[in-house]
Amino acid sequence: MSASSEGIHDGEWLSEGETRARLDRTWDQGRGLYAFFATVDHKRVAKRYFVTAFVFFFLAGILALLMRLQLARPDNGLIGPDMYNQIFTMHGSTMMFLFAVPIMEGLAVYFVPLMCGTRAIAFPRLNSFSYWVYLFGGLMLWVAFALNIGPDAGWFAYTPLSGPGYSPGKRVDFWAQMITFTELSGLAVAIEIIATIFKQRAPGMALNRMPLFLWSMLVMSFMILFAMPSVMLASTMLIMDRLVGTHFFNAAEGGDALLWQHLFWFFGHPEVYIIFIPALGIVSSVVSTFTRRPIFGYPVMVLALIAIGFLGFGLWVHHMFATGLPRLGSSFYTAASMVIAIPSGIQIYCWIATMWQGKPRFATPLLFVVGFIVIFVLGGLTGVMLASVPMDLQLHDTYFVIAHFHYVLVGGAVFPLVAGAYYWYPKVTGRLMNERLGRWNFWTFFIGFNLAFFPMHYLGLAGMPRRVYTYSDGLGWNGLNLLAFAGVLLIGISVLLLIINLVRSRKHGALAGANPWNAPSLEWATSSPPPTYNFRHIPLVTSDNPLWEHREQLPVMRGLSVDKRELVLTTVLDAKPDIREPVAKPSIWPFISAIAVGVMFIASIFTPWAVVFGAIPPAIAITIWFWPKGDPGPADEDPEP
Amino acid sequence: MNPHSNEPLPPQFMGTLAFLPPHAHGNRSLTWWGMMGIVAIESTAFVLAVATYFYLATHSRVWPPHEARPDLFAGTLFTIVVVLSGVPNYWLKRAAEAEKLRQVRIGLVVMSVAAIVLLPIRYYEFVGLHVAWSDSAYGSITVTLLGLHTVHLITDLYDTLVLTALMFTKHAKGRRFVDTAENALYWNFVILAWLPIYAVIYFAPRLL
Repeated sequence: MSASSEGIHDGEWLSEGETRARLDRTWDQGRGLYAFFATVDHKRVAKRYFVTAFVFFFLAGILALLMRLQLARPDNGLIGPDMYNQIFTMHGSTMMFLFAVPIMEGLAVYFVPLMCGTRAIAFPRLNSFSYWVYLFGGLMLWVAFALNIGPDAGWFAYTPLSGPGYSPGKRVDFWAQMITFTELSGLAVAIEIIATIFKQRAPGMALNRMPLFLWSMLVMSFMILFAMPSVMLASTMLIMDRLVGTHFFNAAEGGDALLWQHLFWFFGHPEVYIIFIPALGIVSSVVSTFTRRPIFGYPVMVLALIAIGFLGFGLWVHHMFATGLPRLGSSFYTAASMVIAIPSGIQIYCWIATMWQGKPRFATPLLFVVGFIVIFVLGGLTGVMLASVPMDLQLHDTYFVIAHFHYVLVGGAVFPLVAGAYYWYPKVTGRLMNERLGRWNFWTFFIGFNLAFFPMHYLGLAGMPRRVYTYSDGLGWNGLNLLAFAGVLLIGISVLLLIINLVRSRKHGALAGANPWNAPSLEWATSSPPPTYNFRHIPLVTSDNPLWEHREQLPVMRGLSVDKRELVLTTVLDAKPDIREPVAKPSIWPFISAIAVGVMFIASIFTPWAVVFGAIPPAIAITIWFWPKGDPGPADEDPEP
Repeated sequence: MNPHSNEPLPPQFMGTLAFLPPHAHGNRSLTWWGMMGIVAIESTAFVLAVATYFYLATHSRVWPPHEARPDLFAGTLFTIVVVLSGVPNYWLKRAAEAEKLRQVRIGLVVMSVAAIVLLPIRYYEFVGLHVAWSDSAYGSITVTLLGLHTVHLITDLYDTLVLTALMFTKHAKGRRFVDTAENALYWNFVILAWLPIYAVIYFAPRLL
């Protein structure tokens, strides 16, 4: 019964200790340098995403501090105009492309398989590949910046400024190739997440029982699929205009500079929601756990997420109101921009209703969520103001816009992320973060943020433009700029507290146990940190909040091999068990393929022939990666890169 | 249960997964979902490239800005051959789903030959455009559209060659049939994506 021709399966016949020992052996990722590069464990890869993205966040934060220092007093000569251009371009590009999106992807890579109750992410080798591609893209950009060839045309690199006529040299080329790296990586992760959520949910977890976090990651991934090709296409056209003499954005030869803005914002606006929607998922998880209540209005919340996903693609022109578009078109995008406030508002009301019904426990994660609600609502209000064309024409390119999008992005993504960090840290490390330090962390961040960015609303109304490296005395801007600098300093202190807390708790934090917050979803059903295979037995989901329903014993399925890497595929809608799917072993080839792809991308900045000849090494590496090794066993990857 | 225990809850076994099959075709397989993701990404890129074409066309006073129009012959020949290749491709996909090794091998060889035959025709298409990417924005987007499709053609030819080699080794079993079927699915995408691009490259300059 226990042993068949296919080896030994889990079940009553094996003791828990024996099951664990066998699974540990079977799923071992190895040790040493080779294993470091070859691992396909989604949790290990995700931790790299966390660390890398946080380092980029820290670096881009230092740039922000430098900008505020430069602007702290009028006629300051600390940073010259050229360096200042590089700094604000690097700050924006790093925050958007190297921090915000990758850290959300990392969160998905770590927690989606755990919340689905499965043993691995779909396409684990592709997952390893996408991390390395992201890392190489980020390194390339920052090495270029360190060599004083950092991009300087703004994070959205408008043509004609970014074109060959006004930006000679290689600066913008590095920016354009960084886009290629990060978007390739992002697209790969999106495919993994969609496949994991649709096909690897634990038996019984029908779509209508999925935690809202999974819904948010699903919507994010679909938005990535349809938004990121646009910026890849656009940045490819830009680099072709710059390097091989095409004329996409060259008005003299029939091109059109505004085409760039359309293609960029067709990606760029959804990008904001690609960052914001996962944050909604974090908030729903935290609110539910710390109020001990299922989220109020679950079906409405799901519909609101999907509605935001669709509407997010209909707003891009509101970034272009100042370009002289036809008035009728502007009205449409004004209406669409205002309509998206409705599903966002629904979410806010549902969280408030959940907290109202429950007994909220104001631990650090919930504090950051409340901070998120306050700040994000303020950012939403200025968003509705900017959606109106007459106001936008006045405020375009002023500090009012800076204030708006920092309220939306820092409020809408960074606050939830820190909430998520405190909430899930015990799952990732096995230890809790310090509560007292957490409270200090929250209040310094909250006060510092408002000190830094609230004055910018007024500065914008008073006419201070974006992207100036200095301003004259006597314009009435001095005091508020100084105040903003003080605010940013306070944020800096807050981030240092966060770092201290993250590092210290790793060794000295209180032991967490499997489910320290008494949370309902499946990532808490396994030990902290989880073993390589996540779950000893595949859970059987019989309700919306499995761990609140089952407090003594967890219903599980028997029958997966303990001697081979296996997981179960289920049907898309009802999650009925369907296939026993083999899981790929560690492999060095995704890493080598990523190097080959990186060499091709970087070389193509210097010669177009790199696209032709540089394609050969990645093709070879990916073929070896795909080619089955050893016995004609199953288990391998997608043939496509 | 001790709330601070790091041991998972004791299991309560409810059913078995032991008798599930180790692979299946179509949307039951992960490979299909991966392929569909790639198709969604690339379709978006094609749609945006076509949108760019019309954006540039409608923002120019004359379109195309050159006398010469793309030659119809090579493009139409390519269209006929690529559409006809759908027939053996369909047959190959069916054979792969039925896991018939001999037919799969024949089908893969036929499809490799078909893709190789298409390459010289594609070369004459580029020649027959009578415009270089550096001549004008029209040249840039026309060459890019044709180039984008060519990249897909070459990628799938390469995949097919690798799969053909693979299916003549000892690895030719089980899940490799799923890969073959999904590769055939991708070729369908290469065919279908071509039709609107053919219409745009060859007829838009004549009709606009």
